[in-house]
Amino acid sequence: MTKDTVISATDLSLTFQTNDGPVHALKDVSLNVEQGDFVSFIGPSGCGKTTFLRVMADLEHPTAGQITVNGVSPEDARKARAYGYVFQAAGLYPWRTIGGNIRLPLEIMGYAKSDQDARVKAVLELVELSGFEKKFPWQLSGGMQQRASIARALAFDADLLLMDEPFGALDEIVRDHLNEQLLDLWKRTQKTICFVTHSIPEAVYLSTKIVVMSPRPGRIADIIDSPLPRDRPLDIRDTPEFLEIAHRVREGLRAGHGDDA
Amino acid sequence: MMRNLVPILTVVATLFVLWYGAAIALNAPWARDQAARAGQELGFGALVVQTWTQDKPKLPAPHQVAAEIWKTTGKMVLAGRGFSKRSLFYHSWITFSATALGFLLGTALGVALAIGIVYNRTMDMSVMPWVIASQTIPILAIAPMIIVVLNAVGISGLLPKAMISMYLSFFPVVVGMVKGLRSPGAMQLDQMRTWNASASQTFWRLRLPSSMPYLFTSLKVGMAASLVGAIVGELPTGAVAGLGARLLAGSYYGQTIQIWSALIMAATLAAALVGIIGLIQRVTLKRMGMA
Repeated sequence: MTKDTVISATDLSLTFQTNDGPVHALKDVSLNVEQGDFVSFIGPSGCGKTTFLRVMADLEHPTAGQITVNGVSPEDARKARAYGYVFQAAGLYPWRTIGGNIRLPLEIMGYAKSDQDARVKAVLELVELSGFEKKFPWQLSGGMQQRASIARALAFDADLLLMDEPFGALDEIVRDHLNEQLLDLWKRTQKTICFVTHSIPEAVYLSTKIVVMSPRPGRIADIIDSPLPRDRPLDIRDTPEFLEIAHRVREGLRAGHGDDA
Repeated sequence: MMRNLVPILTVVATLFVLWYGAAIALNAPWARDQAARAGQELGFGALVVQTWTQDKPKLPAPHQVAAEIWKTTGKMVLAGRGFSKRSLFYHSWITFSATALGFLLGTALGVALAIGIVYNRTMDMSVMPWVIASQTIPILAIAPMIIVVLNAVGISGLLPKAMISMYLSFFPVVVGMVKGLRSPGAMQLDQMRTWNASASQTFWRLRLPSSMPYLFTSLKVGMAASLVGAIVGELPTGAVAGLGARLLAGSYYGQTIQIWSALIMAATLAAALVGIIGLIQRVTLKRMGMA
């Protein structure tokens, strides 16, 4: 663990007690995420990728092992508002404008009014939604709503962005476009991003590090450090390097899934 | 416009036909009896006229009720006595003021209880059975006791009636608001948690706005219940004033026409009050993007 380590998990386990007996959502998971990394978590349903993200966000509590976020416990990190969390659904409030929705966390965190205005304007520009500040969520498409929710997570000073399948509900074309935008945003803001996904191309295209997970119990099957450069045009997806990483991810998924695929 | 008007008018016309028919059937025995005593023969035409013009019919005909309402509202206004003690406007106002106060108190109590139930585990486990039990007791049994007890401590007039109104109207507000305040999903509550929002921030910015559609539905039911409460509250006070008093006085003296006109006035008042809430609901929810 270095001073640039944002997330450090050691032998992390989380067991849910259910009526059908214990479910091992996470089992002995160890991982370091460094400052500026773009880490994707990929795996089938029930592999614990979302649970892992929720543990980082202090929305779930591990039953064994250690985890630190920015060198402190997830709870302290949450209280220090150390991360922005983007959920699967945009979750914008219908009674607030797009600007009002982005302003919501800023109001809660007590930013000054003038600062709020400047930040809303800045992040709307960042996600290419300038001019939509006064619109209501229902006036925007699904992809635009999800961009607004990303803007909301970027509006306050958190260097860490946790994203739980943010583009899962969107169609392929919109998704490609948003992936490109997200990479651009990541380069410009220098944030550390943890990104949960179901899609192999999405994981390979976006990440500097791909964490392949397998279910029952949820554990890490493979960690792949991507050799791809940080500048990635969309057509990098047709290069042999890209296909080779995708192949390795697929192998990792298959190995973890061997018995019941 | 015509598409809506035709079905509505058809239903209204049918109701009038049934009403006039029922008036003939119900009032005929008395008319025949009178004719027999006077030793007169009563033809069908004369019978119909007789059943529609009695002073104290079992069922007054619509035009009799309409004439009574006009006599005690519009005509008195034209005579400059629109607010005299014989005017239905006066009695409606008395009932309305108790209804409105009871509705406000009931809404406040209902919202307060709902907040308690949502935020306090002890209240969540214990309050709801009492709330439900309170509504299983017939209001007619409780109303005189509330009047007597409050009168004993020197409170009389508007407040006791408003209390009875409140007793009926807080219930739908509690039930609706508990559901409404709990309507935000797990994701929305998690999101608030990621921002480390305080309980009051979550309440004002998420739970309360989310509950608005539920609140308005409850308010409509609560308003109608308030009016019933106010009318019931006027019965044991000795029938001094208010629509309830008119109903009671009418039944003392067999003044069926007076009873029916008070009933129709009460129904009109209820429709107007619920309509106003419906209007506020439409405007508010539309502005909140929830309609």
